Amino acid sequence: MYIVAIPVVSGKPMQRIPTMSQAQYERELFRRDSHCLELWELLDEVKDPEIPALSLWDMGVLRDVRREGERIRVTITPTYSGCPAMDVMREDIEILLRANGLANCSVETQLSPAWTTDWMTDKGRAELRAYGIAAPNDAIGHEGQETPEKGVRCPRCGSVHTRRVSEFASTACKALFQCDDCFEPFDYFKKL
Amino acid sequence: MSANELKESDEMQDELKQATITYAARLGDDALVLGHRISEWVSNGPFLEEDIALGNVALDFIGRSRMYYTYAAELTGNEKTEDDFAYLRNEREFQNHLINELPRGDFAYTIARQLILDVYHSHYLSALVKSNDETLAAIAAKGIKETRYHLRRSTDWVLRLGDGTDESHQRLQAAIDDIWGYTTEMFEHDTLEQGLIEAGVAVDASLFKDQWLAGVKEILIAATINVPTTEWAVRGGREGYHTENLGHLLSDLQYVHRCNPGCQW
Repeated sequence: MYIVAIPVVSGKPMQRIPTMSQAQYERELFRRDSHCLELWELLDEVKDPEIPALSLWDMGVLRDVRREGERIRVTITPTYSGCPAMDVMREDIEILLRANGLANCSVETQLSPAWTTDWMTDKGRAELRAYGIAAPNDAIGHEGQETPEKGVRCPRCGSVHTRRVSEFASTACKALFQCDDCFEPFDYFKKL
Repeated sequence: MSANELKESDEMQDELKQATITYAARLGDDALVLGHRISEWVSNGPFLEEDIALGNVALDFIGRSRMYYTYAAELTGNEKTEDDFAYLRNEREFQNHLINELPRGDFAYTIARQLILDVYHSHYLSALVKSNDETLAAIAAKGIKETRYHLRRSTDWVLRLGDGTDESHQRLQAAIDDIWGYTTEMFEHDTLEQGLIEAGVAVDASLFKDQWLAGVKEILIAATINVPTTEWAVRGGREGYHTENLGHLLSDLQYVHRCNPGCQW
């Protein structure tokens, strides 16, 4: 289970949390204030089929879970328009809910606001790196921009002596890099 | 409101809805046909990384077509789905701009078309984001982020090919000359789209034609490619009049679905 302590000053959430983006902070608050925390926790078991280290929540794909009477309604947002993993994610959510006796459920897709890598949790970013994929904020000196030609921190050795090999790698959401210190190729999860 | 006025306003709503279905399907057709063309490069790319990049770009367009078609199907009702639009319409019912259906040609040809369209999409989607229609605006907001990556890639390639070897330069120049006349219809619209533009739903592409031209010109000049000055133009895509290429493309695209109706795996 993953709980983020959200600092609160005199009853009001602090305006600025240095370790997470505004968008991510709002997501954390939204989840914390939900009336069905147990469902959020249950859904933490659903992972991205392409990157099994990452839960849909940590990925930022999971937007809402709510009970409407007997019915469970889950809302997700697609990462890339053509991401083939979306259909699998939808199925995996339904399978998990059914296995937990919650067959009366629906998974809906919400397009707006569009998914952004800012919604990825810090835990998710750390897990990406441990899995060998550089996280969207690892483009040192190029924060907030599209994939740079070099300088994305290598998830294996931590070097920034790296260069872009291809804008598009194993999936649309990643670019291919090579480290010039440890010589390993690695994927970089692009900022979107 | 009197009963008559109410009826009239209902009719107007219905007319707007029907027009929006056609419009969403047209945008879906553009995306699907282009996505299919790019996907033809998969396993035929010039080298592995580029092969994968082309596959990814194709997926972005095919995914976008699914969103447009799904919306058109929702508005249509009658249990229609995206598949009805993609697989069960004939050539004359497709209303994509012709540029999308031109054969993939050589790599320079694919890249030339892509540059022209990526610059176009960056303007088009920026305008569609402001549509009164929330779903179309949401699809555009998604697409615009992807387009930034597409445009950067096609720009890099145009510079490399245009300013590369004699052969790559010649091939790219030939491609630009060949495709140029298909760009005219991208900035025109019929009465259906005119109605939607007035309703704040559709994009009036004629408004950004000059910016599009300036953007493409700048990149072509940097790539030492001559910008065509010829006046010829081919039109008809939005009316369902196609080049000879679309029928062949659709037979490839629709074959499995039509042979195995309703099949799922």
